[in-house]
Amino acid sequence: MFGFSRPQLIAFLAMVALIVVLPFVLYPVFLMRVLTTALFACAFNLMIGYVGLLSFGQAAFYGMGAYVSAWTIKNWHVDASVAIALGGLTGGVLGLALGYLAIRRSGIYFAMITLALAQMVYFFCLEAPFTGGEDGIQQVPRGHLFGVIDLSNDMTMYWLVAAVFLGGFLLIHRIIHSPFGQVLKGIRENEPRTTSLGYRTDDYKLIAFVLSCTLAGVAGGTKALVFGIATLTDVNSSTSGEIVLTTLLGGLGTVFGPAMGAVVITTMENYLAQMGAWVTVIQGAIFMFCVLSFRRGIVGEIGNLLKLKL
Amino acid sequence: MQAILSTSFSFFGTNVTIAALLGQGTLGLINGAFYACLSLGLAVIFGMLNIINFAHGALFMMGAFASWMLLNYLGIGYFPALILSPILVGLFGIFLEKTIISRLYKLDHLYGLLLTFGLSLVVQGLFRNYYGSSGLPYQIPQVLQGATYIGFMYMPNYRGWVVLAALFVCVATWAIIEKTPLGATLRAATENAPLVQAFGVNVPRLITLTYGGGIALAAFAGVLAAPIYSVNPNMGDNFINVVFAVVVIGGMGSIMGSIVTGFALGVIEGMTKVVYPQASATVVFVVMVIVLLTKPRGLFGKAA
Repeated sequence: MFGFSRPQLIAFLAMVALIVVLPFVLYPVFLMRVLTTALFACAFNLMIGYVGLLSFGQAAFYGMGAYVSAWTIKNWHVDASVAIALGGLTGGVLGLALGYLAIRRSGIYFAMITLALAQMVYFFCLEAPFTGGEDGIQQVPRGHLFGVIDLSNDMTMYWLVAAVFLGGFLLIHRIIHSPFGQVLKGIRENEPRTTSLGYRTDDYKLIAFVLSCTLAGVAGGTKALVFGIATLTDVNSSTSGEIVLTTLLGGLGTVFGPAMGAVVITTMENYLAQMGAWVTVIQGAIFMFCVLSFRRGIVGEIGNLLKLKL
Repeated sequence: MQAILSTSFSFFGTNVTIAALLGQGTLGLINGAFYACLSLGLAVIFGMLNIINFAHGALFMMGAFASWMLLNYLGIGYFPALILSPILVGLFGIFLEKTIISRLYKLDHLYGLLLTFGLSLVVQGLFRNYYGSSGLPYQIPQVLQGATYIGFMYMPNYRGWVVLAALFVCVATWAIIEKTPLGATLRAATENAPLVQAFGVNVPRLITLTYGGGIALAAFAGVLAAPIYSVNPNMGDNFINVVFAVVVIGGMGSIMGSIVTGFALGVIEGMTKVVYPQASATVVFVVMVIVLLTKPRGLFGKAA
């Protein structure tokens, strides 16, 4: 099912079990933060892990998704599902425009271009009237799902977030294991050879980019509803960096790595919140440690120990 | 002359005078000077190490902080700091290259980028912890205070000095790389390191020195920036994102290219302040988009 191998299926079921049980043990709002970050990281992994494109500007899509979801549900009183979908649509359309430019270069240039384009989006959000500038969009109502289910209760909201995350997770997994996904991996391994096999690699890269940005927008939109706020932090380059770190720590190109990374990074931020700038120092140190001697990431290392592909 | 300067025309409903354009363009040269120094350093490092030094902004900031510390802890003034700070920060760069960056040469270039990104977080976080993010003042040295009339505007002396000093250092770097035997070896090593090593050149040392040199350039820009912007841990951030766009626009293939692109974009940014102020922060990125659409390799980029 969905192209899971047997160990992956077991791991997946364990993850679903945790998602179901944990809200009764831990604070649901914290878990929702983990899940939205995890979806964002999984979407990012689709690009870095399976196409080999390192984008340093994912916050642009996440943040714009958050802004649009927050704005539409606050001012147009749309349904929560519509707001989240609009967030995803925003991410996708913006991804199409910026991706069209960025895929003209690869490797480090791609990273720099996405960073610069995201910075442009950041300045746009700083100036544009609808984002509320430094204040952001605050007091965003969670609204109703399908017109009937009131989401103001944390547990109800949690089940929606869990469903969005699992939907996104399975979608990504399905994409990776489709013939389309095989071509993506071909591009990662050897782009000239993939081209010579007759694939238009730029089109494939762009589609993967747009898919990733759409899901980043969905994650951003969901986050905006959960916390009732969309601010400049969401579009800031530090958010882009954080999602790179999350994915790297969990394991690039692994199925469960990004979610694992989200658990660790979000927990860490939660506990270290009062330490101020030390959080940045610790994040940077983890970054360096991962690059120097932990390149497989947590899930990658576990998989390597157990000789499994997780 | 005066008649030409006071000529004004309408541009998207904004009244623009030639004098304002010239004035802001000239002031734009100052940011251009920083862009040039930083992108030049990035290009030199990239040519030799094949990594994009994401920590460049943090090291630029360290240059500014080094001069502030020299003044406040040791009483060493601006002009000695202009030499000392780049040396100190350059040595720190050499230390970094020797201890950690050199471990990554066999890996994908992207890991170098990620490592230096992490490094910049650590450096910035540490400075933020000990010095806060509000910014520390640094006085303009006595001899460079005041302003001079240069035909169409009053130019603050210090800003003029920044442009000239940066231009001098950039051209000197270009001359060292393009015109000296050391530079020739360096360029050869950039093309084919194993071959140059076979000739008995100590390539690893050359790489270390190149990294130190690139960092020293960033630190030099940092010292120049200290009296203009307040010395604060985030000062590199504002520059480095623009500098990456500059590097994409210019392409990293040419030393002179990155100098010219850096200054030119500073001027364009300044002039945009007159025409359409809201866009001055983004105009460099718009130029990048145009360049990507028309000449994806960059203006001075090599086909590779």
